[in-house]
Amino acid sequence: MNVFGDLLSGFGTVLEPQYLLYAAIGVTLGTFVGVLPGIGPALTIALLLPVTFNLDDPIGTFIMFAGIYYGAMYGGSTTSILLNTPGESASVATAIEGYQMARRGRARAALATAAIGSFVAGTISTLLLTLFAKPVASLAVEFRAADYFALALLAMVAVTALVGRSLVRGLISLSLGLFLGLVGLDELTGQARFSFGTLELLDGIDVVVIIVGLFAIGETLYVASRLGQLPDRVTPLEPARGGFGWLSRQDWARSWRPWLRGTAVGFPFGALPSGGADIPTFLSYTYERHRAKNKAEFGKGAIEGVAGPEAANNAAFSGVLVPLLTLGIPTSATAAVMLAAFQIFNVQPGPQLFDKSPELVWALIASLYVGNVLLLLLNLPLIRLWVKVLQIPRPILYAGILVFATLGVYAATNSVTQVLIAYGIGVLGFFMRHFEFPIAPVILGAILGPMMELQFRRTLVLSNGDLSVFVTRPLTAVLLGLVVVAVLVPFLPRIVARLRGRPATAERLAFGEDD
Amino acid sequence: MTDLRNAPGRLAASRPPGVPGRGTAGRRRVAALACVPLIAVAAAGCGDTGGAGGDSAAVKYPTRTIQLMAPAAPGGGWDSTARAMQKTLTDGKLVTESVEVTNVTGAGGTLGLSQLVTKNKGDAHHLMVTGLVMIGGVVTNKSPVNLGQTTPIATLTAEQEVVVVPANSKYQTLQELMADAKANPGSINWGGGSAGGTDQILVGLLAKAAGADPKAMKYVAYSGGGESKAALLSGDLTAAVSGASEYADLVAGGQVRALAVSGATGIDVGAGKPAPTIKESGYDVELMNWRGVVAAPGISDGERAAIIELVDKLHASEQWKQTLAAQKWDDFYRSGDEAKAYFDQESKRITDVLTEIGLAG
Repeated sequence: MNVFGDLLSGFGTVLEPQYLLYAAIGVTLGTFVGVLPGIGPALTIALLLPVTFNLDDPIGTFIMFAGIYYGAMYGGSTTSILLNTPGESASVATAIEGYQMARRGRARAALATAAIGSFVAGTISTLLLTLFAKPVASLAVEFRAADYFALALLAMVAVTALVGRSLVRGLISLSLGLFLGLVGLDELTGQARFSFGTLELLDGIDVVVIIVGLFAIGETLYVASRLGQLPDRVTPLEPARGGFGWLSRQDWARSWRPWLRGTAVGFPFGALPSGGADIPTFLSYTYERHRAKNKAEFGKGAIEGVAGPEAANNAAFSGVLVPLLTLGIPTSATAAVMLAAFQIFNVQPGPQLFDKSPELVWALIASLYVGNVLLLLLNLPLIRLWVKVLQIPRPILYAGILVFATLGVYAATNSVTQVLIAYGIGVLGFFMRHFEFPIAPVILGAILGPMMELQFRRTLVLSNGDLSVFVTRPLTAVLLGLVVVAVLVPFLPRIVARLRGRPATAERLAFGEDD
Repeated sequence: MTDLRNAPGRLAASRPPGVPGRGTAGRRRVAALACVPLIAVAAAGCGDTGGAGGDSAAVKYPTRTIQLMAPAAPGGGWDSTARAMQKTLTDGKLVTESVEVTNVTGAGGTLGLSQLVTKNKGDAHHLMVTGLVMIGGVVTNKSPVNLGQTTPIATLTAEQEVVVVPANSKYQTLQELMADAKANPGSINWGGGSAGGTDQILVGLLAKAAGADPKAMKYVAYSGGGESKAALLSGDLTAAVSGASEYADLVAGGQVRALAVSGATGIDVGAGKPAPTIKESGYDVELMNWRGVVAAPGISDGERAAIIELVDKLHASEQWKQTLAAQKWDDFYRSGDEAKAYFDQESKRITDVLTEIGLAG
């Protein structure tokens, strides 16, 4: 296999001091960018594009960009865990258990499992990218609109566990998300929906705006409303163990399987041309919750619920590179900006990239391995710094969050209207917290809803309105079959019990009161 | 996708417009002397007086930072056009003042357009990159403002469109494809960029030229270039329409076959030899995805002449020629009245075809 030869020469390039420097700049920048709500890797790379145009060093540029992307995935977990304020959709699932861990004084362990999980997932998925990029890509483009619809439906059904304690509240939250996802131009017909005649709403409400509004702003308002009843400082911390003691033996034992499972979900999803990094995090969370021996701990800070999603979103990044490098198909906002960068340097990603620019591709892939190591080295010591954030007095801390959230939305959208929308959603988020509506289903609805609708209608346009396309292709039929299974499984014990003529036992439905 | 939006420049641009003018006015030489007091007092610069004074050639331009708006996210066609212009203007020392690129994202560029027409009215230092896509955006988004309300300056570049099919498709020529599209419109799944964009416009024009009903064409819109590529490869689409360079690697790699390009002369889109034009295939359709530049409305004739002169110089510069070659953009230069006539003519043609497709309702 000459893959290893190519990879070695890639390492040869990357380990030159100047490229190591690019990688270090990238991962550091990415980490900090990931920490700030609203400012994501796509924005950062877009801002740096004109600068790198002048650098005239494609290899260095892409090493840096990959570092930013990865770094942002590492950094994104930090605010989710410490402050319940995720900055992008791929960190929302992390916030659910991560923030509960932080509240119980386990912030260090949560940050450590996120960082180490990201490293494990990043390294394994890069290995998968190295070895299987082409076959994975040719499989991924087999997915048609009908399959994407089935996949979105499956995700929607599978993650109902996020609905939380009350089914009614959960469904109301989900509906709100579905509604927010509807706003703007309908992609297929170009007709405006719920835009109230304004140009500003034509592009819809950015998921980032919804997330920053609901989490950062909503949380701040909620904390402010209860300031009198809360202790002055955010959370007492467990004493540090010192040395390599971020995770206890038990934490390690509980983390490593979720890391691997998260990687297994994240990589293929990232590789799908309409996949993305957010759906696998929710799937991973749900799966870990189902598997957990101690289900009661979920919702109160289970480490598995942090380890899985964090691994999934990092694995998704290497997955995203598969269609980008082998077919020139960008599957995320960041990948789209990177594609633009490739074109600026007159490099056309696609089937011939590996033959035409092997030096660039293998240096980029090698830089992913190096970047992961750098990120681990950067992030583990940073934990000590990040947890200090929790010692900032609450009013100052949350005022700071509000400032960064506002700046983030403005920087990402360049529109005062969007900032106002974020605040409107923030007020909504406050009331949702006050009346105990779960927040995550809103994000789920806003992400999965438009995807389901669009792919469903696309399928019907393509098939001239013939619904049978959903069952005639094996792939679609299998996915839809899984949807049926996922819906029925929670009811199975009851059905079996009834068939045997016995009254239903204590088995609960998925949405049971204390699920 | 939308988290690409940003505009660092716009933050900087929000300072009072008179301030930078005052700082630089001291460095102006004789020709600008008359303007100096005016700049210090009024933000509009000296253009108004210059125009009213009769001799338009005497207008000094620019007298302060030029704000060049790209009405889309960084990384796209309008943005790269704006940044290439910025680089050429400043590196080539065509202006002594600086040029700032600002991104105003949204609604097919019409958000930027409405800002130029309403907020920047009468300010000659506000320019905007525009193009065919914006005309479509105005129509489909029912924008209250249109391109005719700006001051046309020039068209700069253009890219051809390409019609592609998967390598295993039965269609070898455009005629075969269009014959089926006419006889059985439901059997052809067209795909391309956003609804009402260049790609769908081309499908509509092709259908018209082939004698088919533009409204009956099944066109599926995809966001970004990647999604439609994946859809073509997966077998969802019969044919895809896109910018000529977009499919180059897949054509070269043999996964995709190019049937025709939309320009006046055939170009190589990856196959190693020029693809036939649509005209050569027997349909009287030519469509260039052109990009150009306009200025804010309500500026004086003298200011307009000065801006046109500046863009003429930009176009003539060696660096611009290099940029065109590097970005694989066709030179598509028309300036002044010619540009105005072209904008009007394209607006009519595009509005007509979008109405026939049923998107302008």
